[in-house]
Amino acid sequence: MDTAIDTTPLGHNVPLAERAYRIRRNALLMGEVQGQGYIGQALDIADVLAVSYFHAMTYRPEDPHWEERDRFLLSNGHYAIALYAALIEAGIIPAEELETYGSDDSRLPMSGMAAYTPGMEMSGGSLGLGLGIAVGIGLGLKRKNSASRVYTLFSDGELDEGSVWEAIMSAAHYKLDNLIAIVDVNNQQADGPSTQVMAFEPLVDKLEAFGWFVQRVDGNDMDAVVAAFDAAKSHPEPKPRMIVCDTRMGKGVPFLEAREKNHFIRVDAHEWQLALDALDAGRTA
Amino acid sequence: MSTATLGTDTASKPRLKTSAMIASIAAEGQRTKPAPFGHALVGLAKRRPEIVGMTADLAKYTDLHIFAQAYPDRFYQMGMAEQLLMGAASGMAHEGMMPFVTTYAVFASRRAYDFVHQTIAEENRNVKIACALPGLTSGYGPSHQAAEDLALFRAMPNMVVIDPCDAHEIEQVVPAMAAHNGPVYMRLLRGNVPLVLDEYDYRFELGKAKLLRDGADVLVISSGIMTMRALEVAQRLEADKVGVAVLHVPTIKPLDTEAILREAARTGRMVVVAENHTVIGGLGEAVAGTLLRAGVAPVFRQIGLPDEFLKAGALPTLHDLYGISTDAMAASIKGWL
Repeated sequence: MDTAIDTTPLGHNVPLAERAYRIRRNALLMGEVQGQGYIGQALDIADVLAVSYFHAMTYRPEDPHWEERDRFLLSNGHYAIALYAALIEAGIIPAEELETYGSDDSRLPMSGMAAYTPGMEMSGGSLGLGLGIAVGIGLGLKRKNSASRVYTLFSDGELDEGSVWEAIMSAAHYKLDNLIAIVDVNNQQADGPSTQVMAFEPLVDKLEAFGWFVQRVDGNDMDAVVAAFDAAKSHPEPKPRMIVCDTRMGKGVPFLEAREKNHFIRVDAHEWQLALDALDAGRTA
Repeated sequence: MSTATLGTDTASKPRLKTSAMIASIAAEGQRTKPAPFGHALVGLAKRRPEIVGMTADLAKYTDLHIFAQAYPDRFYQMGMAEQLLMGAASGMAHEGMMPFVTTYAVFASRRAYDFVHQTIAEENRNVKIACALPGLTSGYGPSHQAAEDLALFRAMPNMVVIDPCDAHEIEQVVPAMAAHNGPVYMRLLRGNVPLVLDEYDYRFELGKAKLLRDGADVLVISSGIMTMRALEVAQRLEADKVGVAVLHVPTIKPLDTEAILREAARTGRMVVVAENHTVIGGLGEAVAGTLLRAGVAPVFRQIGLPDEFLKAGALPTLHDLYGISTDAMAASIKGWL
């Protein structure tokens, strides 16, 4: 298994933990711009995005439509703040645009949309769309005999949507081994803990029964996430691949990790700097 | 009623009209052409290798099976899952394919609306949606009667909406859909489809209304199968010395407001909009808004389906009941004169 950090397209080598730190920092800075944002989710998924953009995926930052790139579909459009943070870190979006987040005429709207942002491959916001689009992209890539893969990130709450299961059935039917789906199990959706809103466990058993190659990892354990992405890419069976990532909302900022869990974590105006300080403290620790 | 014992004297019972699913809306003896959509798509696909066909378990009932037989490796069965169908079509278009997607109009417009809206129209993907059983062309009741499909797709930004009249027109609409870069919704007539417009030297042009015949007393503005009805009504009323002009408007969006205003502004003619669709939000209200905004105010009447859940029954019965048969339409217009 290759766990070396391959950042060839970027031409420089930075440890993944540092990438994840910088993604979290970008997200906090954007949250501060608007005084709000889905910051709990951005912090929980930063490690997965660091592995996606700085270990697993092939792309050219200067050419977001490069035909041979791997595609990344953000199904949970409210995680846009997290993806922008990663796209900035990847050099796809200029860092100067960070301060426009959520403002009029910005390319960084608060809910992700394809037409607005380089590197945003789909319009999310309405949950349960991404996996179905990913099936079509997987089929399209196979038609073109492309070696590219399609990655899609979705949230545990989206498991409530019937369309997600339509896509899960069809991806296995069409043996889409070029599709890697990542589900963020932070166990938090709009009305409460996801497992209480609508029970979805045992998730691994269900997905395996549907014909997928499934791994479940601690989504905030960098080594485990790297290993899971590597295994998803190299797995020999002609099956679609699912990585179930258990994550902690607010990860990296202890006082937000400890805050009463909520889909939309409240951060007071004076707390953004405290959060950045706490993140920095964790980095040097 | 026969007094004979049940089952021994069925011949004397009146034969019940059936609401069974029919393969063709053609009247008895009418000239038809088989599966014009399927054959036109096969012809086009020879020249356009990016075309793929996708359906949600309705290939046989949308004439897409003809494409599937000709190009099995370009046909995708997505199962009885219309939301997936639309999302996956968006993904295919994302990769440069041109999906022709088929299902019934009720399912595309109602079950999968958000998926068409967000993954196809909002992303402006090059997906062509062709849907059978438009308006009132099934006797199964509201589950299969897409009385509001035009209103729903008209309201969707980026979406081109086409309601063709007959086989001759469908053959021309298919390549025109492909020539337009962006999402298109087409109402599909399947099976043995009536052949009418070939006798009118007609050519389909996207976004253009065409005057099929002129007349001094009534201007019928119509789309889809109601143009066929309008032409029959015009012939009948000729005998009563009533001149009926027929302006066929197959492209519901973008609407040819120029042609509509030009014809409707001619003085002395009653304007009747006829559509196989609820009177809410379809061609009738689109024309009314066009006229009102331009300050053109002829006597205006609508022929269309009422704002209610329609009955199950035999199609000829229902078309008479709801006023969209040739007989009912002729009677309505005579009554209004």
